Amino acid sequence: MSVTDSIASIGRSAIATVTGLGRAGLMLWGAIAKVPNVAKGTPLLIKQLYVIGVQSMVIILVSGLFIGMVLALQGYNILVGFGTEDSLGPMVALSLLRELGPVVTALLFAGRAGSALTAEIGLMKSTEQLSSLEMMAIDPLRQIIAPRFWAGVISLPLLALMFTAIGIYGGHIVGVEWKGIDSGSFWSILQASVEWRQDIVNCLIKSVVFAIVVTWIALYRGYHVIPNPEGISRATTQTVVQSSLAVLALDFLLTAMMFGR
Amino acid sequence: MSHKPMNDASKPLVEVNNLGFSRGKHVIYEDVSLSIPRGKVTAIMGPSGIGKTTLLKLIGGQLVPDAGWVKVDGVNVHQCNRTELYALRKRMSMLFQSGALFTDMNVFDNVAFALREHSGLPEPIIKRIVLMKLEAVGLRGAAQMMPSELSGGMQRRAALARAIALEPELVLYDEPFAGQDPISMGVLVKLIRDLSDALNLTSVVVSHDVQEVLGIADYVYVLADKRVIAHGTPAELRLADNPKLKQFIGGEPDGPVPFHFPAQDYQKEMLGERD
Repeated sequence: MSVTDSIASIGRSAIATVTGLGRAGLMLWGAIAKVPNVAKGTPLLIKQLYVIGVQSMVIILVSGLFIGMVLALQGYNILVGFGTEDSLGPMVALSLLRELGPVVTALLFAGRAGSALTAEIGLMKSTEQLSSLEMMAIDPLRQIIAPRFWAGVISLPLLALMFTAIGIYGGHIVGVEWKGIDSGSFWSILQASVEWRQDIVNCLIKSVVFAIVVTWIALYRGYHVIPNPEGISRATTQTVVQSSLAVLALDFLLTAMMFGR
Repeated sequence: MSHKPMNDASKPLVEVNNLGFSRGKHVIYEDVSLSIPRGKVTAIMGPSGIGKTTLLKLIGGQLVPDAGWVKVDGVNVHQCNRTELYALRKRMSMLFQSGALFTDMNVFDNVAFALREHSGLPEPIIKRIVLMKLEAVGLRGAAQMMPSELSGGMQRRAALARAIALEPELVLYDEPFAGQDPISMGVLVKLIRDLSDALNLTSVVVSHDVQEVLGIADYVYVLADKRVIAHGTPAELRLADNPKLKQFIGGEPDGPVPFHFPAQDYQKEMLGERD
C-alpha cells in the first residue's frame, strides 16, 4: 500500500467516524428534542422501564452482592495487617459509590440491556417495522427510540444505587457476620466517611453520563444496522465493545474532574 | 404547499416523471415515467432485483430520487417537509413484503395502531372498525393472536387489514404474493381486487407473479434495464412482441435475459486456461 493509499484510508476512516457521530447526534436530537406527548409517551416509557430496568435487576443485584463480598474479604485481609479492619465499612462503601457501583453497573447494563436494545431495534428494521411506522406517518424516533432512551437514562442510575446498596450489604455479611468486625463501628465509620455531595451525588452524575452514552450507542447501532443476520450480530457486538470502552474512558475523565484535585 | 385533494378524477393519483435513482455507483432507474390512475389496480412488474420495491419507497417518500419527480395527488413528494410528508402518508398505506406486523402486539392492536395514533376516535368505535377490517380479510377470529402464531398468508392478510384501517386513497403492495401457497395466494388476489373495488382504492401492486398480477390488474407497467420497457392493459401485454416482455410473461428460462450470469469461456475455465 502506497503512502497516498494510507492517507486516503485514514481520511476515509475519519470521514466515516465524523459521519457516524453526526448521524448518531441527529438520531438523538430527533428523538428527544421535540415536546413529548405525555398521554401517548407515558405508557411506552413505563413498558421500557420494565424491560430495560426491572428485567436487569437480577443480574445487577446478584453481581453487586458478590462484588461487595469479594471487596470486603480482600479489604479485610489487607486492613487486618495494619490493625485497621474497622475501616472496612468506608473502604467498601467508598469503592462502590465512587467507582465500582456506576462503572460495573454500566458495564453489566451494556451487556444485558444495551445488546438487547440493539438486537431488538435491528430486528425491527430488518423486518420493516420501522419503515412501516414511517409509512403510517408515525415517527419511529419518537415511538421507538425516545422511550427506550429515557428508560435507559432513568434506569441505570437507580440500578447503580441498588448495586451499591447491596454491595455494602455484602461487605457487611463478610466483615461483620463472618470476620467479626463490630457492627456498630462498621456502620458508624461508614456513615461518617460517606459524604452526600462528594460521593453520592458524584455516583449519580457518573451513572447518568454512563446511561446516556450506553443507551445512545445501543440505540444508534440498532437504528443504523445493516438489516441482515450478520449486520445485527456485528451491531450487537459493537454495542457491547464500544459502550464498555466508552464507560471506562469516561470514568477516568470524570474521576479526574471529581477527585483529581 | 397545499395537500388538499384536487378531486379531479381524470388526473392520475400518482405521477412519476423522468425518475433517476442510484445506490452508490449502481444505477437502478434512468428516466422512468409512469402514471397511476385513480381507483384502479396498477401493477408494476419486472424481474427480481430490478428495483420494484425501491420504486414504492420513492413514491412513499422513504427514498429521494437523484433526478425527476414523484407527485401524489399533485403534491411533489420530495419537496414536502416532514409535516407535509406525514400528512400525505396518512392518505396512503403500504403492505410490506414481510407483512411488517409489530411483533409485540396482537393482531387486533396491530390493526388498531394507526387508528389510535391518528383518528382520535373513542375505543368502542375503534374496536368496531378493527373488527370490520378483520372481518373483511377473514381474520376476525384471529384478533387476539400474536403475529408469531399466524401463518405467512395470515400475516399478509392481517397486514392488509392494518393497511386499510385508515381507509387510505392509495395502497402500495410490495410483492404481496411472494412465498404464498396457492390457497393463500388466491385469497390475497381476491382481497386486493375486491377491496380496491369496494373502497374505490387506488392500488399499486409490485410483483413478479405474472399470472396473478395480470388476472387482477387494470393496467401494467413492466420494468427492465432501468426503465419502463412496456405498459398497457394485461390483454395488450399478452399480445406484445417485445422479446424481453415475451420471455418474462412466458417464464422462459433463457432469452434476452440470459440464463447464465456473464463469465469467462466455460471450456477454457474447465481446462484451467485464462482469457
